[in-house]
Amino acid sequence: MIFDTQDISLHFGGLLALDRVNFSINAGEIFGLIGPNGAGKTTLFNVINGVYAPQNGRVRFRDADITGLPSHQISKRGIARTHQIVRPLNELTVRENVSVGACFGRENKSLEDSEKIADEVLEFVGLTSKSDMLASKLNVAQKKRLELARALAARPILLLLDEVLAGLNPNEVSGMLDVIRKIRERGTTVLMIEHLMHAVMNVSDRVMVLDYGAKIAEGTPAEISNHPRVIEAYLGDPQVAKEFLERAE
Amino acid sequence: MRTFSNISFWLLLMVVSAVALLPILADSPTMRENLFLILMLVTLASSLNIIMGYTGYVSFGHIVFFGLGGYFAFYLMQFHSMHVLLAALIGGVGASVFAFLLGIPVLRLRGAYFALATIGVNEAMRAFMNNFDLFGGALGMFFNFSVYDVYGGAKSAAQLAYYAMVVVALATIAASFLIKKSKFGLGLLAIREDQDAAQVLGIDPARTKLFAFTISAFFPALAGALFFFKNGIIEPGIAFDLQRSVEGLVMVMLGGYGTVTGPIVGALVFDRLRSALITAPPITIGALTVDLSNFHLVVAGILLLVVVLFVTAGVIGWLRQRFPRVRRYLE
Repeated sequence: MIFDTQDISLHFGGLLALDRVNFSINAGEIFGLIGPNGAGKTTLFNVINGVYAPQNGRVRFRDADITGLPSHQISKRGIARTHQIVRPLNELTVRENVSVGACFGRENKSLEDSEKIADEVLEFVGLTSKSDMLASKLNVAQKKRLELARALAARPILLLLDEVLAGLNPNEVSGMLDVIRKIRERGTTVLMIEHLMHAVMNVSDRVMVLDYGAKIAEGTPAEISNHPRVIEAYLGDPQVAKEFLERAE
Repeated sequence: MRTFSNISFWLLLMVVSAVALLPILADSPTMRENLFLILMLVTLASSLNIIMGYTGYVSFGHIVFFGLGGYFAFYLMQFHSMHVLLAALIGGVGASVFAFLLGIPVLRLRGAYFALATIGVNEAMRAFMNNFDLFGGALGMFFNFSVYDVYGGAKSAAQLAYYAMVVVALATIAASFLIKKSKFGLGLLAIREDQDAAQVLGIDPARTKLFAFTISAFFPALAGALFFFKNGIIEPGIAFDLQRSVEGLVMVMLGGYGTVTGPIVGALVFDRLRSALITAPPITIGALTVDLSNFHLVVAGILLLVVVLFVTAGVIGWLRQRFPRVRRYLE
């Protein structure tokens, strides 16, 4: 076990965004995080990497308590993330963007080493030809890859991916899935939020489902896809959903 | 350090040094006085660029450090007979310490709030000096001419001030370049582009910004010390003149914020424009006579508007975008 949370709760005013969430990730796993819109997936990421401090509960990473640490310290400990809504450093080149990740990430590289790492990582995600372009000039799919490259350049132990597949065409999706598998092969543990069900079921070892901030199920992809509460969360009452489907036929 | 093998670094320092040598070769005090002012503006604009151009924090209070450095040094020279160079250094350190303490609360603000706070700091500092009797209050302080005796009279004191200003300007440019090309500088640029994303990538924004602010306060304080040394008089209205801060912003924007050469070019163009307009004869249009001597502010305003609307990158930024090949020679 490389990472776990204990009873994480977070509320914004009267809204309970996370409700006693417990889960753990094993080293080398690809762990999927799914749930309907507004279930608290991105909020959970924000708690893990220090954007929000939870009002209750603990986050542990590699046997250390990292609850409430600021994001830059969490990054130094080896957790990197991508953003669902891409956040490129617009007026910097693609290479500089990725260098920032390597410079200030876990290994705290010098600028010279960072540029070498940046070039390797850009090759890995297939952006080498865009290295000298300003990040603002990339299209959405390329910006998603840039997000990923920047996180990878930090050489993280745990990588948080927030909907890296959203907005990509089927070709790009399968390309990205290959990249994610390769990341795992290199020894990085992956926690990914994903809406594309077939993709996340395909690539994950285990999946957790959140609904209204609470964990409603956890297990292998096969277990999850037949879980009544998961079907309910996505489609409403399973009985009604079943009737609805039958009527449609 | 790769900076020292960078062509544009040496090119820039050589050009500035060569220009600075001109009045000495030509033995022209007028030219020397003009260049003193230009180099002072270069120092102000270049150091402002560190916090504004690299870090993205638009400051209307940059002149506070100029005034503060001037005041510290002036006091030490006047009442403790300290040598100007030592007094200037102490003034610089004093301004940096002040920036450090000020930065801890103020740099938490972002965007317009930071800019507003810096205006407040400038006005507060002027009001404070107006009432601070140790530094002469509203009347300020002025030298006896005997202060210059140590340097061999007022004339050679002015010469010494010029050489010192050349060194300060070169040091500012070199620092600006080194920062831009360093890991620290990359951190600043990342903060400018997106502070929250930068923090997620592992940059400590509070510490990084504070460091940049502290450095950017050092150089204008040196320039202030030399300026008021030569001036022989210092008073709150001149030392903490908001208009000078605004002029600094115009220079940085005009030349190209975030570039090393931009603020230098901006300062030069702005100064030449001002002196051309000050010495221009009044224009008569029909019954109306327009005196152009204060017209440079009008022109500065229009220039700023044009740059912000049409060429956000400034002169040097535009050149670098338009002709990628010059990037090697023009940082």
